[in-house]
Amino acid sequence: MAALLEVKDLHVFYGAIHALQGISFHIEEGEIVTLIGANGAGKSTTLKTISGLLRPRQGSILFKGIDLTKVSAPKIVSLGISQVPEGRKIFAPLTVRENLEMGAYTRNDPKGIQESMERVFASFPRLKERINQPGGTLSGGEQQMLAMGRGLMSNPKLLLLDEPSMGLSPLLVEEIFRIIQEINARGTSILLVEQNAAMALSIAHRAYVLETGNIVLEGPAAELLENPLVKAAYLGR
Amino acid sequence: MPPPLFLKREEESVRKMQNALNRFIPFLRRGWYAVLAGLLILLWLVGRFRENPVLFAQFMVDGIRLGFVYALIALGYTMVYGIVRLINFAHGDVFMVGAFTAYYATTRYHWGFVPAMLLAMVVCAFLAVVIERVAYKPLRDAPRIAALITAIGVSFFLEYFTALDFVFTPNFINYTPLPIKFKTWDVAGVTFSNIMFIVIAVSTMLLVILWYLVYRTKLGKAMRAVAWDKPTARLMGIDVDLVITFTFAIGAALAGVGGMLYVIVYPQIRTFLGVMPGLKAFIAAVFGGIGSIPGAFIGSLLIGMIETLSQGYLSSTLRDAIVFSILIIVLLFRPTGLFGEAAKEKA
Repeated sequence: MAALLEVKDLHVFYGAIHALQGISFHIEEGEIVTLIGANGAGKSTTLKTISGLLRPRQGSILFKGIDLTKVSAPKIVSLGISQVPEGRKIFAPLTVRENLEMGAYTRNDPKGIQESMERVFASFPRLKERINQPGGTLSGGEQQMLAMGRGLMSNPKLLLLDEPSMGLSPLLVEEIFRIIQEINARGTSILLVEQNAAMALSIAHRAYVLETGNIVLEGPAAELLENPLVKAAYLGR
Repeated sequence: MPPPLFLKREEESVRKMQNALNRFIPFLRRGWYAVLAGLLILLWLVGRFRENPVLFAQFMVDGIRLGFVYALIALGYTMVYGIVRLINFAHGDVFMVGAFTAYYATTRYHWGFVPAMLLAMVVCAFLAVVIERVAYKPLRDAPRIAALITAIGVSFFLEYFTALDFVFTPNFINYTPLPIKFKTWDVAGVTFSNIMFIVIAVSTMLLVILWYLVYRTKLGKAMRAVAWDKPTARLMGIDVDLVITFTFAIGAALAGVGGMLYVIVYPQIRTFLGVMPGLKAFIAAVFGGIGSIPGAFIGSLLIGMIETLSQGYLSSTLRDAIVFSILIIVLLFRPTGLFGEAAKEKA
């Protein structure tokens, strides 16, 4: 069976800067795949290219057999890919409910949207308590939950998570990662980009290591966790 | 009160200006100067009121009527600024086109008030969409000053192009007959006209519709999301360009109605008629806090009243100078305006 997402030989440029230099990877249905690497390695660039905010100069991104490099950003969301961006990017003046509604922007089934919202509130009960509060007034952890809830509102087949642990306390990071596993258990595939490599590798099925725009290592997460190179460069052990 | 439509981020240049002000004329920053000035103005107003309450009330009534017309223009400035951070200086000229559209529809083609108003809305919305697509959209990623200068260019283009003989002609045109029969009532010496009630009723209705649109509909929520953060709005699947186009169209439709009402109140039409009301509505939007919808409305009412009061008690030549000095005072001492929020960092 073909992979859910198949990235082939992807080249992305920022002006003259060759940010992604021909990376290839794939995600199978039901997997958590993590992309680890240092700052500036190209992790966020990869996610932005999948979501259609950046266009590659070369290469293809096949999702359910459709080449996303030729599809508009709104269409990519309705095909079933949703991204939780780095730094949460909550719509601060909009209430929690309105933020979630924006996550369901491409949907037109009020009943289904209501059900999705109930499911988000089941995963993040704290959001329900703050339903009419402007998103900007939430704490950092709550904002991360809102960002993830918003990402789930489109009922994605594939969820792209960009640095979900950034700026959160260790306890909150544990909670967020537990919820990521729950989301995955309910059938959503996940592409997780993380600086916190130890945490990411502990929940992922497979992993890719990105260095200055190239994939330098790949394999089952448990194996990479034991790889001496990964240990030295990303796990600080 | 609902949360402000657009939270604003304070500009670096404004902060620099304030710092300079702090350093060189610190006494001006002390609050009690503002309080003292406010008290003096209030005292003066009370004096005028006691002198002749009826006249004072008349000026207030006229000011409110003018303010509602300004509000219809100011909303377009504030919404467009909120979403693309552009002061759309061509907005006053779109307002002028609305006035001409209504004039031709009612006099030459004998349309009624409401159909003419709807036509003015459609024509202005269409014009604004064309302007946005042709002149502003290609500059979306250029430095903001480029779009601002372009807006001034579009403004001049509209004024002088429409002044050509085969368009609207450069002449003054008297708006006769008006689409509404002029009636006045005298209540305790204060004159109310049916036009005033129409201005207030139409504006209020449009404001309620606008409020509903922005805070209750999917499109309105998307507008607020786009105003806050465009890349993230795109990640949600929002078609950002379409939302921006809609914002221009809605603002222009309101200005079109404003143009029609304005020339019914002041029935002399000319292609430069949008310049002054446009600038004053812009001042009203800044006064209220640019980017804020309630701010634009309150700012417009205040500017309308300040204008009629200074015209009535001081002189009609001083009137404009006073209104423009409000712009300077607001920018110097409270650049975020009455309802503007101070810089709020995005988390």
